[in-house]
Amino acid sequence: MSDPRYLALDNLTLAYGGSVAVQDLSLTVKQGELIALLGPSGCGKTTTMRAIAGLMPVAGGTVTLAGRDLTHLAPNKRGIGLVFQSYALFPHLSVEDNVAFGLKLKGVPAAERAARVKNALARVDLAHLADRLPKALSGGQQQRVALARSIVVEPGLLLLDEPLSNLDARLRLEMRSELARLQRELGITMIYVTHDQAEALALADRIVVMRAGKIEQQGTPEEIYERPVSSFVARFMGFENCFALEEHKLVGAGGVLPAPAGASSAGLAWRPRGVQLGSGPHQGEVLGASYQGQSVEYLIQSAAGPIKAEADSSAPRHAVGATVAFDLPLSSAAPLTSVD
Amino acid sequence: MMPRWLRWAILALVMIFLIGPFFVIAAAALHGGETLAFPPKDLTLKWVWKVFEVESFRASFGLSILLAIGGTALALVLGVPAAYALDRFRPKGSEAIRLMVTAPIIVPGIIVGLALLRYLVIPVDLPMIAALFVAHTALLIPYAVRVVSASLANLRVDIEEAAVLLGCSRIGAFVRVTLPNIKSGIFAAFILGFVTSFNQVPISLFLAGPGVSTLPIDMLWFMEFTYDPSVAALSALLALMSMAVVLVAERLLGFSRYV
Repeated sequence: MSDPRYLALDNLTLAYGGSVAVQDLSLTVKQGELIALLGPSGCGKTTTMRAIAGLMPVAGGTVTLAGRDLTHLAPNKRGIGLVFQSYALFPHLSVEDNVAFGLKLKGVPAAERAARVKNALARVDLAHLADRLPKALSGGQQQRVALARSIVVEPGLLLLDEPLSNLDARLRLEMRSELARLQRELGITMIYVTHDQAEALALADRIVVMRAGKIEQQGTPEEIYERPVSSFVARFMGFENCFALEEHKLVGAGGVLPAPAGASSAGLAWRPRGVQLGSGPHQGEVLGASYQGQSVEYLIQSAAGPIKAEADSSAPRHAVGATVAFDLPLSSAAPLTSVD
Repeated sequence: MMPRWLRWAILALVMIFLIGPFFVIAAAALHGGETLAFPPKDLTLKWVWKVFEVESFRASFGLSILLAIGGTALALVLGVPAAYALDRFRPKGSEAIRLMVTAPIIVPGIIVGLALLRYLVIPVDLPMIAALFVAHTALLIPYAVRVVSASLANLRVDIEEAAVLLGCSRIGAFVRVTLPNIKSGIFAAFILGFVTSFNQVPISLFLAGPGVSTLPIDMLWFMEFTYDPSVAALSALLALMSMAVVLVAERLLGFSRYV
């Protein structure tokens, strides 16, 4: 049975010198689960990951893995793998020796070592480059070596620090599905740190959105994408029109609009897609229109400030400068419990 | 734009100025007469052979080699950790420390020699050999720190963290991952230190005494009494040796990248 508290962070507090980077953070991860730590830079996600690995001292709280307290254990005794953003391959060692490094330290006999290295390289499709030096490889290949080097020692937990951010868009998609496949095949528990919501949505079993050293929201990709609880998460997930709800009015940056009937949350948010154009109780001037292929994106000046709306490009177009009617229907809105 | 011939002429003059003396000395070494002369007459190799027969040359050559190897090695033992700490931990005032570590390059050797003699050798009655060893080590530390720092700066910090997470201790990570990647820098520092120490005159001048002397100092003394071409022969041999060392280093690891 998989342990629901396989990895547990309890009231974790982390600080650099005097400044607190992560405050009182608690999180549990099931065995075999792939968690994405998602947030903008500076939100504490990388710091949290480094603390789990033991590369960052813990100021308060505990880290346990498989029932073992790791809080003050040296990083080389934790059995945790980390794939670095920069790959951190050893420049003086061949691909094969890079991958064999951890096994050598563990004293795995040569024959078994060779077999496991071969197997790991085959998994990442690099068997043919075993004797190259890292500098002779492309970014994507280096990334695979880093991955093979981490999984070959069969870590109890694999941490990935923005592993795809140095790759170009096409490679990123390719590596994304490769990562998902590896995780399925090996069943390794993974924590994936990223600032890219598309990556998190595509890969993770569960997304943990972090903000300013705290967890803002956690849930399945569907929950995070469809039901963000705060304007912070909502904006991150593409709800670009966020309003606070006060006395049946939508309060935006530029003013107020009447709220849809029946709304009762602290705020409401709409994606550009969710804004209904061409009819409705509100009116606004079209400030800009940009053609996106399948759709057209409009910027509309409403009484509550600029609103982003999106319509099929086959629908009747609205010219810049024209006044257009629109609706913010409750059915396409995400109710928010906090707005800022 | 100056004419082509003028550019070549200037280049030729500079080259003659820089390496001409070497050819003059090498040619003078082959002179058949009893005193130094240029151009040489009655070519002979007998002065070259005489170099190997002068007892004091053999002794001072031995001491010079010993100082160059031992002093450089000790400077590296002290300098590599210093360079590592300055680069990785960036302690408070690390810029000031870096400046102080490199300061001996700027201070004229003759002052260092005098200061060491007056305030170290005489008060504590330090043996001459020990004084020379201390002086040469101190002289070479800046080179060790600078050259090793340069190769550390080109190395990513996180490869050590990667090694630790794969099971290395901190020191193990340094030995297994950092050291192999800066070894050409260390080797370059060694060559540079060796050549610097071997050719060192002003500091050694103060610290050498009867029976204890480095080769360049011994050559100075020798010339005061004997003005035959054997000194020229020895000079030419030394120049060739230095060239060979640097040439081999360049071939092996692209020495010029480090200095």
